[in-house]
Amino acid sequence: MHTKTFVAAAVGLGLITLSACGSSSGAQASGDSKTVTLVSHDSWAVSKSVLADFERQSGYKVRVLKSGDAGQAVNKALLTKDNPQGDVFFGVDNTLLSRALDNGLFQPYEAKGADTVQPQFRVDPAKHRVTPIDYGDICVNYDKAYFSKHKLTPPRSFDDLVKPAYKNLLVTENASTSSPGLGFLLGTAAQYGDDGWQGYWKKLKANGVKVVDGWEQAYNQEFSGSAGGKKAKADRPLVVSYASSPPAEVVFADPRPKTAPTGTSYGTCFRQIEYAGLLDNARNAKGGKAFIDFLLGKEFQQDMPLNMFVYPVVEGAKVPKEFTEYGPAAKDPQTMAPTKIAADRDQWVKSWTSLVLK
Amino acid sequence: MALPVAFFAVFFAWPVAAIVARGLRTDGRWHLGRIVDVVTQSDIRHVLWFTTWQALASTALTLLIALPGAYVFARFDFPGRQVLRAVVTVPFVLPTVVVGTAFLALVGRGGLLDELWGVRLDTTVWAILLAHVFFNYAVVVRTVGGLWGQLDPRQEEAARMLGASRLRAWRTVTLPALGPAVAAAALMVFLFTFTSFGVVQILGGPTFSTLEVEIYRQTSEIFDLSTAAVLTIVQFVAVGAILAVHAWTVRRRESALRLVDAGGTARRPRGAGQWALLAGVLATVAVLLLLPLAVLVQRSLGGSDFGYYRALTRDDDTFLVPPIEAIGNSLQYALAATAIALVIGALAAAALARRDAGRLVRGFDALLMLPLGVSAVTVGFGFLIALDRPPLDLRSSWILVPLAQALVGAPFVVRTMLPVLRAVDARLREAAAVLGASPWRVWREVDLPLVRRALLVAAGFAFAVSLGEFGATVFIARPDNPTLPVAVARLLGRPGDLNYGQAMALSTILMAVCAVALLVLERLRTDRSGEF
Repeated sequence: MHTKTFVAAAVGLGLITLSACGSSSGAQASGDSKTVTLVSHDSWAVSKSVLADFERQSGYKVRVLKSGDAGQAVNKALLTKDNPQGDVFFGVDNTLLSRALDNGLFQPYEAKGADTVQPQFRVDPAKHRVTPIDYGDICVNYDKAYFSKHKLTPPRSFDDLVKPAYKNLLVTENASTSSPGLGFLLGTAAQYGDDGWQGYWKKLKANGVKVVDGWEQAYNQEFSGSAGGKKAKADRPLVVSYASSPPAEVVFADPRPKTAPTGTSYGTCFRQIEYAGLLDNARNAKGGKAFIDFLLGKEFQQDMPLNMFVYPVVEGAKVPKEFTEYGPAAKDPQTMAPTKIAADRDQWVKSWTSLVLK
Repeated sequence: MALPVAFFAVFFAWPVAAIVARGLRTDGRWHLGRIVDVVTQSDIRHVLWFTTWQALASTALTLLIALPGAYVFARFDFPGRQVLRAVVTVPFVLPTVVVGTAFLALVGRGGLLDELWGVRLDTTVWAILLAHVFFNYAVVVRTVGGLWGQLDPRQEEAARMLGASRLRAWRTVTLPALGPAVAAAALMVFLFTFTSFGVVQILGGPTFSTLEVEIYRQTSEIFDLSTAAVLTIVQFVAVGAILAVHAWTVRRRESALRLVDAGGTARRPRGAGQWALLAGVLATVAVLLLLPLAVLVQRSLGGSDFGYYRALTRDDDTFLVPPIEAIGNSLQYALAATAIALVIGALAAAALARRDAGRLVRGFDALLMLPLGVSAVTVGFGFLIALDRPPLDLRSSWILVPLAQALVGAPFVVRTMLPVLRAVDARLREAAAVLGASPWRVWREVDLPLVRRALLVAAGFAFAVSLGEFGATVFIARPDNPTLPVAVARLLGRPGDLNYGQAMALSTILMAVCAVALLVLERLRTDRSGEF
């Protein structure tokens, strides 16, 4: 009997607290035809005004669900494929594309403006299950101050990285848990071929490459060119990051420096392309289609670089000057077909792990 | 009893079962042969071995370093005791992504050890072990110290008067009484280190892998759900076995304790030995716990005029709200989670403490702890496929955050309350009942005054744990309502001085909020305990 009273009191207390929270959260059910739900990864970002323009013009309200890093977001979407959390998925990249397509994550939709996408990014021409939205380059970044202080030329290519001059200078990420780490591995595989990349990594290991678990540790802890690295007295002037990291170092600094403190070794780049697609079983397919059209529109494409630090895929989209000055995209990056990645990545990551980590 | 059981069934057992079934069942057939395949792989066996021995070593080291601390905080009265007790708990409740980084300032390049003796421990197993002490120090100080402070010192004095040596008096009077609390603390520490994730990744580097790291990798990166399912089962069995052994030892050592007000048991240290002990504990705390936290504060102050802090109030398109609002979100979520955890945990503890509790009920004691030993990624992914239909379509609801946090907080409530509840002399209740008190009144006038402190400690722990909880909240996709740890992680995920600085500033705020919350609790506790 006393238990009941206690339960009642406690539950009451709980409900009061909960309702206090509820007022600010306003959870709403998905599925009504006036709301379009985007499922994406944590890096999704857009200017408020740009999103507001879409909402005003289309009449849809946009709800965004972020579900972890790129790999997690795709896996979670696959897990909930029969009863998806939203209508549109943005952020599956070329390293994961086959996994998504083979498992039937998306339904076909050819976006308005698909013909404005630069030809090299177009994919799945028969079915149009995904639409390319942006691209980026995973490349080695260097700390300018270190190299000018030591009167050393920064490395330009994969070959340079194994030279004695750059011994113990590079830090990279675990290819099995980090997306730039995987990109760098794929870049070497594309450069040296199925039989050659292991030999390259043996040399890289002999030349003192350091591997840490994620980008955050590599960039903020080990890389001497970043803000965090300077505070942590980091001693690695080379890091696997993105070609767009140098402009980010300029944009996210107060006051802004005159020039970027870091640069990119353009011969070490691997091209990453991100796609969006209409989820199979989407509740609001019509709204989802409108949203994909919006993602390919010029307004969003030109807004992207400074929000997500990626480059637009449509012809004629302007890139901000921080990008053209400090971080243009690579001219001749390494690439690899999604089907090839899907076929070999697990095996490669496994051999890479035993080769480099053990 | 029904409510806690239902809560754990719906929000824990079902989601975990669903994700395991997804991995091991295809087309209506179970593939249990996978279990043998996976556990016989040499790299998996290696992971299992490393997970176990580092957890054992970490637990031993933590007890060794923290038990003197528990004694000092329980029995010595010195200026700043309350503040320090609150501060040592801060690492425990901060997300590893933040504190792991700061901990490098102690053991890493250019850190204190490096400056003094040229010793660098990062990427060695020592960094992992020491960081585990750093994170779990408070578990021992609070769990053991909480009870120690309430043991009547006169019992030990009586034994001394009767001719027992100091050691013998301690061994035969205090130690048996402390047993359950030490076991509970050791068990907690073992669980946390056995399932360690962030510490191993950040401080150990990718060459070290625990079961938890492997489950995360298989689920989240490789999407090999069947291997992940097997590993989850292995972790379940291991954790379950440990919990069962623990439940058994605790029951064996239970005895009715004579608890007194902690305010009266602490006194100023006497003699050189006691002063040295106090100094030693304070020095340990300063180096091992305060230094890394201080580094965090120092890094948040870079730039000009608190520039990082001012930047927090600006609109940020990644979050859609100024990052500073994460503080309010976190507090609200943590309050809700604490309320849920207290209800669930207190009901469970009350049912478990009853003398007539059957074997089945007592088994539930161990089950309640399981959420602490199961990977957040397993539960998070399980939520997605289990709670996806009305009436329980909670996948994108805000309530999932406090629910997930409460899952982690409730075991703390149970663990903190149970030793005290069980120690309440049943004859007191019986006497009250004989004198005509209703069961409610017995509870209110006998149990409540005796367990009020434990209840407050439990609430504080649940609150603080919820505040820093990262694993579960990261799976709840609400970008407009980020919690503090989530906001910190997202800021750290982008290049640029301002992002890094803001992450440090938010971490410092998180630290301060936790410290204040814990300090308030300390005050509240002494005020109330004066009543009885």
